[in-house]
Amino acid sequence: MSFLDVTRQLADGFGITVLIFGITLAASLPLGLIITFGSMSKIPPIKWITKAFVWVIRGTPLMLQIILIFYGPGLLNWDIKLPRLTAVLVAFIINYSCYFSEIYRGGIESISKGQYEAGQVLGMTKTQIFFKIVLFQVIKRIVPPMGNEIITLVKDTSLARVIAVTELVKAAENIITVKGLIWPLFYVGAFYLLFSAVLTVLLNVAEKKMNYYTA
Amino acid sequence: MSFLEVKNIYKSFGKTEVLKGIDFSMEKGEVLAIIGSSGSGKTTLLRCMNFLETPDTGTISVNGNVLFSSDETPYSDAEKREKRLHFGLVFQQFNLFPQYNVLKNVSLAPELRQLKGKKLSKAEKKEIIKQIDENSRRLLGTVGLSEKVNNYPCELSGGQQQRVAIARALALNPDILCFDEPTSALDPELTGEVLRVIRELKTSDRTMIVVTHEMNFARGVADKVIFMADGVIEEYGTPDEVFGAPKSEKTKSFLEKSLENP
Repeated sequence: MSFLDVTRQLADGFGITVLIFGITLAASLPLGLIITFGSMSKIPPIKWITKAFVWVIRGTPLMLQIILIFYGPGLLNWDIKLPRLTAVLVAFIINYSCYFSEIYRGGIESISKGQYEAGQVLGMTKTQIFFKIVLFQVIKRIVPPMGNEIITLVKDTSLARVIAVTELVKAAENIITVKGLIWPLFYVGAFYLLFSAVLTVLLNVAEKKMNYYTA
Repeated sequence: MSFLEVKNIYKSFGKTEVLKGIDFSMEKGEVLAIIGSSGSGKTTLLRCMNFLETPDTGTISVNGNVLFSSDETPYSDAEKREKRLHFGLVFQQFNLFPQYNVLKNVSLAPELRQLKGKKLSKAEKKEIIKQIDENSRRLLGTVGLSEKVNNYPCELSGGQQQRVAIARALALNPDILCFDEPTSALDPELTGEVLRVIRELKTSDRTMIVVTHEMNFARGVADKVIFMADGVIEEYGTPDEVFGAPKSEKTKSFLEKSLENP
């Protein structure tokens, strides 16, 4: 099996990796904010249910969650059978929304009361205060921890192989079992490194862009 | 009837009574200084007038309009927004918006207010924004910051930041401008420039309430002085009366201590 053949097979797996990464990110960023509003709600039941949910999701392995979402409905004799990739996406989106929501919450709580009060005495509505004053300051503060989490997501995508979704690592495993080659595993590492290098650069650009002020 | 009438304001936080029946009034164009030691309720009184706190009882009226009456509470957020615009507030910690430049700090609130919920053509919008922009530049000129319109708050000294905050509060043209210890967060050499701006506002007949620890300023600029102690108005009068011939023992001892450690 030539280098080119291996590359081609791994590239297919990498496509799935990027797909899981992209869809998870696109869905979790806004969903996380909704969970944040839940866990910061002034209505106790909403607050505590949300907090309990976040605790369960953050307190159990993502791998377990993937397995449960894929096999769970069948074991309970429900008439739902999620396609493998969909099950992976559902698990990832729920899991990452919860992590993001906690980062958002930390960011929002770090904004001083004075910023809200300044908006209030200037006659702004709550929505205006959030979107025009608070949000950007929160984004600036959470870019570094979000960057961390996003890089982790790149590597977490490899958990999809637990229900036989052929992402990058699974694609390499297939080559090992069929062709008995070991070097594609190292080649896989290069894919991940390249991907996270690109993201690191993008995140640094974002961080620099927002460094025009200090607060 | 006076321009501002504050009657029978009581406010407790839990079991702590912070304001125990505050009554005072002031006329248009007057400057009122509120002095008193920390914990006497000065700041809470100012926050009540700006609807950041809700008094337990009492009324506040401006120009004959009852803005706050404990019989009508709770007010909706929209009602509070309208009512509080009669007052402006300059904070001790400035609370400028760090992500916006100086000009935008001043123009943001008027823009949001004048553009919200209105169907305007692009040209109309542009015209409104242009007017707000010009007005904001003019206000920044009056506080001596024409050169800094494009700077960010973090690039300014504390005194300059506080002057931006004053321009920002003026942008909504409040009936009464309140200052909550406007120089307490500043280095001593920067207090002068802020106090100078307040003095200049007085010459243009701005009605102002200044909570302050600057006794010389209160004496030199205010038309009336209130000395607060333990949640009540202990002494009220002209600066000469309060500083020159205080009637209450509490006032006397406070003034002695303040003048010892200026």
